[in-house]
Amino acid sequence: MQRIINFILNYRNAFLYGLLLIFCLVLTIRSHSYHQSKFFNSSKLLTGSVLSTKSAVSDYFGLKEENQRLAKENERLRLLLFNSKKDTVAINKAPIYEIIHARVVKNMFSSPRNYITINKGVRDSVKQDMGVIAPYGILGIVENTSKNYATVQSILNTKSNINAKIKSTDYFGSLKWDAKDYNVVQLVDIPRSATVTVGDTISTGAMSSIFPEDIPIGVIKKYDLNQNQSSYDIQVDLFNDMANIKNVYIIKNRDRKEILELQKSTGNVE
Amino acid sequence: MSNNPIFLNGLRFVLLVLAQVMIFNRLNFMGFINPMIYVLFFYWYPIKTNRPLFLFLGFLLGFVIDMFSDTMALHAMAGLTLAFVRPVVMRFCFGANYEFQGFTFKNTTRIQRITFLLLLIVLQHIVFFTFEILSFTHILLILKKILFTSIATLFLSVLLSSLFAREYD
Repeated sequence: MQRIINFILNYRNAFLYGLLLIFCLVLTIRSHSYHQSKFFNSSKLLTGSVLSTKSAVSDYFGLKEENQRLAKENERLRLLLFNSKKDTVAINKAPIYEIIHARVVKNMFSSPRNYITINKGVRDSVKQDMGVIAPYGILGIVENTSKNYATVQSILNTKSNINAKIKSTDYFGSLKWDAKDYNVVQLVDIPRSATVTVGDTISTGAMSSIFPEDIPIGVIKKYDLNQNQSSYDIQVDLFNDMANIKNVYIIKNRDRKEILELQKSTGNVE
Repeated sequence: MSNNPIFLNGLRFVLLVLAQVMIFNRLNFMGFINPMIYVLFFYWYPIKTNRPLFLFLGFLLGFVIDMFSDTMALHAMAGLTLAFVRPVVMRFCFGANYEFQGFTFKNTTRIQRITFLLLLIVLQHIVFFTFEILSFTHILLILKKILFTSIATLFLSVLLSSLFAREYD
């Protein structure tokens, strides 16, 4: 016993190193397959407020450019509004989707697992698994929330997996990212029978309870058959400039809970 | 006051964390180069150390940066490893006599100091990027990131270390 204790005391630095290293490894590797760590992320009080102070200062430098971008978006939305077909039968029904505006406090796009921090949290009824879009297309899904902040798992994240379709043909697949270029994401599992043309628009599919259908994502840059020749791997050029995002919108689906419950109960029947 | 090692290293700790998360993490030079200049903490830390404390500080420094940048525990892992292997790297760079009484950075040549810094940086980047991606199919991407980010970090660290050089006593 004495010798064991002596042994540990002699190598106490190595033991300390090993212990802390195992802690780090568990945190890191667990997050590769599971959600981001719940306690240590930038949505928390100290980190969130320091980052938002920083962005409050640095945002002034891009104010003019950002204003122009928002004005352009307004213009586009007005165009849509004025040209939308009026329904002959008006149904008084509460909208399914609610929109919450937020500002980006921390953006990041150079790592293989990117998270964006925004300045709305539980207090503004932001919850996990809500969709987030930027002016020109989708951005990601809310991952963690604190009182005033939330972190968003960007589509530039190797863990991200979002249902998307080719707009003109309605064939759908999953949107992933291979960590190589922050302007290009990959759409996989599009069946071989689909017609794919370079320049076609990719938008969100109807299979997801997070995003509404037909939110733009990007255009097809090039495509290839995958290794076993059964489906297409498509490179998608994003509409959003992921390196320069300030204003985002969180989408809240009122029916999501109902949909999930229904799907769950259907699953139980089998 | 500025000679009090606890105060000095505490100040360095805070300033390096702030510089890292507010400036260097947002640099994205050429789309992906974010120099990791907090390596200077390990370069500047006193030679005679209480090793368990140093290990813990290295871990903590990385971990605080991790929390700000949502990188799980990658910086913590890199910092911890640096703190652990620093004596070995020092022996390699400065020879066995660095442990003797009276050894200071003043007796070392510039080349020796830059080699020391370079080895620390390369080690830090290898640990960080390997565990960041953790996949053999991305080996080229890992190597590319290690190489270019190391060069940027070395360049900035040498600049910063000569900017804030103090009289070695």
